[in-house]
Amino acid sequence: MNINLTLFGQMVTFAIFVWFCMKFVWPVIIVAMEERQQKIADGLDAADRAMRDLEAAQNKATDQMKEAKQEAAGIVDQANKRANQIVDEAKQQAVAEGDRLKLAAEAEIEQEINRAKEELRASVAGLALAGAEKVLEASIDDKANRALVDKLASQL
Amino acid sequence: MSGENPASTTEYIQHHLQNLVYGKLPEGFERHSEVGGEVLSADTWTMAHGASEVAAMGFWAIHVDSMMWSIGLGIIFCWMFRAAAVRATTGVPSGFLNFVELVVDFIDGTVKDSFQGHNKMVAPLALTIFVWIFLMNLMDLLPVDLVPKLLMLAGVEYQKIVPSTDPNITMGMALGVFVLMLYYNIKIKGVGFIKELTMHPFNHWAFIPINLFMELVGLLAKPFSLGLRLFGNMYAGEMIFILIAMMFAAGAGTGLLSGGLNAQLFGEDTSGIFWLVVFILVCVVCWLNLKEKISTGRTVLLTLGLLTVAGGVFALGGGLMQWGWAIFHILVITLQAFIFMVLTIVYLSMAHEEDH
Repeated sequence: MNINLTLFGQMVTFAIFVWFCMKFVWPVIIVAMEERQQKIADGLDAADRAMRDLEAAQNKATDQMKEAKQEAAGIVDQANKRANQIVDEAKQQAVAEGDRLKLAAEAEIEQEINRAKEELRASVAGLALAGAEKVLEASIDDKANRALVDKLASQL
Repeated sequence: MSGENPASTTEYIQHHLQNLVYGKLPEGFERHSEVGGEVLSADTWTMAHGASEVAAMGFWAIHVDSMMWSIGLGIIFCWMFRAAAVRATTGVPSGFLNFVELVVDFIDGTVKDSFQGHNKMVAPLALTIFVWIFLMNLMDLLPVDLVPKLLMLAGVEYQKIVPSTDPNITMGMALGVFVLMLYYNIKIKGVGFIKELTMHPFNHWAFIPINLFMELVGLLAKPFSLGLRLFGNMYAGEMIFILIAMMFAAGAGTGLLSGGLNAQLFGEDTSGIFWLVVFILVCVVCWLNLKEKISTGRTVLLTLGLLTVAGGVFALGGGLMQWGWAIFHILVITLQAFIFMVLTIVYLSMAHEEDH
């Protein structure tokens, strides 16, 4: 338990180790740690920025989506309107066509009736003449009688 | 458990507290050895055998064991932290590097908290002090008899493996800090330092002698308290380990199972090798547990079993007490290293402050 040279030996050793630590250990570790700290801080900053960017982008996307939806709704509306229009038009056309066809048919029918009447009239006159000829068994002036019978037939 | 059949407990303790000393024996000193007395005809540098030779050597002696352990541990510290420094990158740290950075960060925080000036030396100094002293104190946790016993088998007579129980070591470091204190006091304050010593606390020329006396006492008290506090704490801790070991050493021989075994193998005295084997076995069990090869419960059982077989009930009691004291001592070890570091920082901080 006595003080001797060890004291100075330890002092020198102490100085050497402190010097070593100061030269080769502490600065290296501290610099690395500080750089890493900086890096992490930068990284966090970047993450924050990215977060904000993402939010902005999302907002933008939402806006655009809304716009697109509105546009789409407009287009659908328009299309519906147009479709209705087309249907209406088609209906009108169909009705008109029907009317036209009906009229044509009616006219034709009229014509047919008239023709039939004419034919009937002609055949009635002949038949009447033939019948009268048969009944009378006499030779009658065909021309005078025909006029008479025609007159009769036209009164039918 | 001590050396060559200790005649008494006093001898056992004395043997444990004896450093391995290399020094100069003065001319005319009479050496006592197995062969007989021998009177030295000239100053001789040699290994001391026993306390009387150490006393005769006086100042011109060096504690080989303290120096070796302290330098060795210092080299371990440098190597560890240098290895970490080489591996330190800005990338993700891992494992060992994490631990080193934790320590560095802790020291850096402490220094920033209590040191106001600008000095690139203080933080590395604090790191060296903290880790080095911690490692030196940590040697206290090795079983007290293990290393001395092994070295004795190798032919080394004395061995104190805890450098911080040597006042030379602690005072050496404290003096190193003291030199730095004086250096920075003079460098930073210049004449102000002399003024501080002479004109404080009574600012009048008539009080200069009183001031000087008071300030010098205050100044000198710093390194002394710094070095002796660490020494006292560690010395007391080591002492208690020795006392516990001694108390149960006798019991170990009469242990339930091992008594017969010991007597068969080694005769009356419990051999160090026996304890070494047990120590290694316990270490292996703990290691296996760490590697998760066996469960914790089984580890405890195995360890208890080993200790029972090895030393019997008394030795187990001793083992448990050593163990308990060791756990408490972990706190002391860390705390003392921390206190030494913080006080160093504070003293240097005071040396840097212009106004006292």
